[in-house]
Amino acid sequence: MRFYEYEAREIVKRAGIPVTDYGFTRDAAEAKEIAARIEGPTVIKSQVLSGGRMKAGGVQFADTPEEAQAHAENVLKLEINGQMPRGILVDPKADIDQEFYVGVVWDGTAKKPVIIFSPVGGIDIEQVAEEQPDKVGRRHFSNILPFGDYEAKEVIASTGVTGSDLNKLVPIVTKLAKLFVEKDMTLAEINPLGKLKDGSFVALDAHMDMENEARGRHKKLLADLGVGDEETREAREPTPFELAGEEVDSMDHRGVAGNVTEFDGNLGLVIGAGGGSLTLFDAVRAHGGKPANYCEIGGNPSVKKSCGLAKLVLQKPGVDKIAVMMSIVSNTRVDIVARGVIKACLELGMDPAEKIAIFRIPGAWEDEGFAILDKYGVEYADRSVSLHEAANRAVQKIQGAAA
Amino acid sequence: MDGVFISVEVSGDVASDPAVGAKLEEVCPVSIFKGTDAGVEIVAENLDECVLCGLCQDAAPGKVTVTKLYSGETL
Repeated sequence: MRFYEYEAREIVKRAGIPVTDYGFTRDAAEAKEIAARIEGPTVIKSQVLSGGRMKAGGVQFADTPEEAQAHAENVLKLEINGQMPRGILVDPKADIDQEFYVGVVWDGTAKKPVIIFSPVGGIDIEQVAEEQPDKVGRRHFSNILPFGDYEAKEVIASTGVTGSDLNKLVPIVTKLAKLFVEKDMTLAEINPLGKLKDGSFVALDAHMDMENEARGRHKKLLADLGVGDEETREAREPTPFELAGEEVDSMDHRGVAGNVTEFDGNLGLVIGAGGGSLTLFDAVRAHGGKPANYCEIGGNPSVKKSCGLAKLVLQKPGVDKIAVMMSIVSNTRVDIVARGVIKACLELGMDPAEKIAIFRIPGAWEDEGFAILDKYGVEYADRSVSLHEAANRAVQKIQGAAA
Repeated sequence: MDGVFISVEVSGDVASDPAVGAKLEEVCPVSIFKGTDAGVEIVAENLDECVLCGLCQDAAPGKVTVTKLYSGETL
C-alpha cells in the first residue's frame, strides 16, 4: 500500500531522519498560517498518489503567506491523473546546496532488500543510472541480520562521496534501511535528500510503499497516520472483474478463492497453493501462454467458492479455456475443487472436457477428484507431472485450439 | 435428493423424526440437513458440498444413504 507524501515524511521523521518543518492541511486558510509560521518562501504540494504533480501544476512556489493561500486554493481544486488531492503539504523552500538520492527496495530476484544511493538526486534514479552509472551505488543487505553502519558507508562511498558528507549520510541511510525492514516496506525512498547550505541534510520528499499483508503488524502506525482499514491504496483502482473476485472470496469463510488480478490473455487461470499461483503464472508465460488473470485458490474452499471463481474466469471476455493447477495440496481437497470447476462449466452450459485445458492438483483426496474428472472427460495430471509441464500442456492445448 | 455429484436420501421413518432431524443438522459440517418440526429437510443447494465424512450416517445408522453420482458408489 502506498503512502501520501505527508505520511511518508512522518514515517521518515519518526525514524529519526531530519525533515523540513512542513505542515499538512486540507484548508487554504490554514496553509497561509503554516506559511506564516515557516517565515519564508514555501512550496505548496498537492497530495495525490500519483506522479507528474509538477507537470500538472500540483506543485507551486510562494514567497508570502498570502501567495501560499492563493496557490493552496487552486491546488486543492486541481485533479491530477484522475485523483483529487487528499490535501496539501506546505513545505519551506529549502536553501539547497546539493540533492542526493537514497532508496531501499525489495529485490525479488535476490530475495533481499537493496540500498540504492546517488549523489545525483531530485530526478528519476533510472535516468541517473542510465546517464551516470558511476554515480549510482547499490548494495544488498540481510533483512534478518542487524543492519550495520559499514553497509551504509560502503554504498555511499562507492559513489565517490567522502569526508563530512559521508559521515553525515551514514546514519540517514542506516535509519532508512532499518525503517524499511521494521515497517515491512517494499519501497522506502527519499528523493531528494537535500544538503543545505549549512552542510546539514534533510529529507525534502519521500515515497513509501508498505507490504499489504503487513498492515496488521502496523496498526498503530496506520492509526496514527489516519489510514483507515478500508483504504486499499493500491497502485490502481480494481477492475469490475477484480471486484467480482473479491465477492467470490467473501462468499463464505472457507478457504480462499480470490485475490484476482485481471490480464488480457485467453487462458483463464484457477491456480494456487503456497506460492504455486505465482510459479504457475510465470510458467504459463514462460511457455508462451497469455494469462487472462491471476488468482489464488487454497485452504480448502467450498464447492460454491471454487465454482464461483471458475465461473468468473470462464465468463471473462476473451477466455477460451481455463487451467486448474496447484502444487501438491494437503489442506485443500482435490475432489472439492474438481466439483467446483466442473459445476462452473455445467452451469454455464459449457463442456468441462473442452473448457478445462488441464487439471493438475495432486494431493488430498486426489483419487476421488480424479474419479470426478474421469466422469466428465477432463484431462488431469498427478504429481508426476511438474507445474511447468502442466502449464506447458495447457498452453499447447490453447494454442492448438487457436490454430 | 440429487445434486450434481452427490445424492443424499433419508429413510422415511427418520425423515419425519424431529429429534433425528435436529441431530443431522447438528452433525453435518456443510449444512445439508435442516431440522424442522416435521423432521428433516435436505438443503438442495448444499448437496454438492458433501465432504463424505459419514457423520450423518453415524447419527442415524442405516437411515441415511449418500451416493457419489460420479462413480455410483454408495456409502
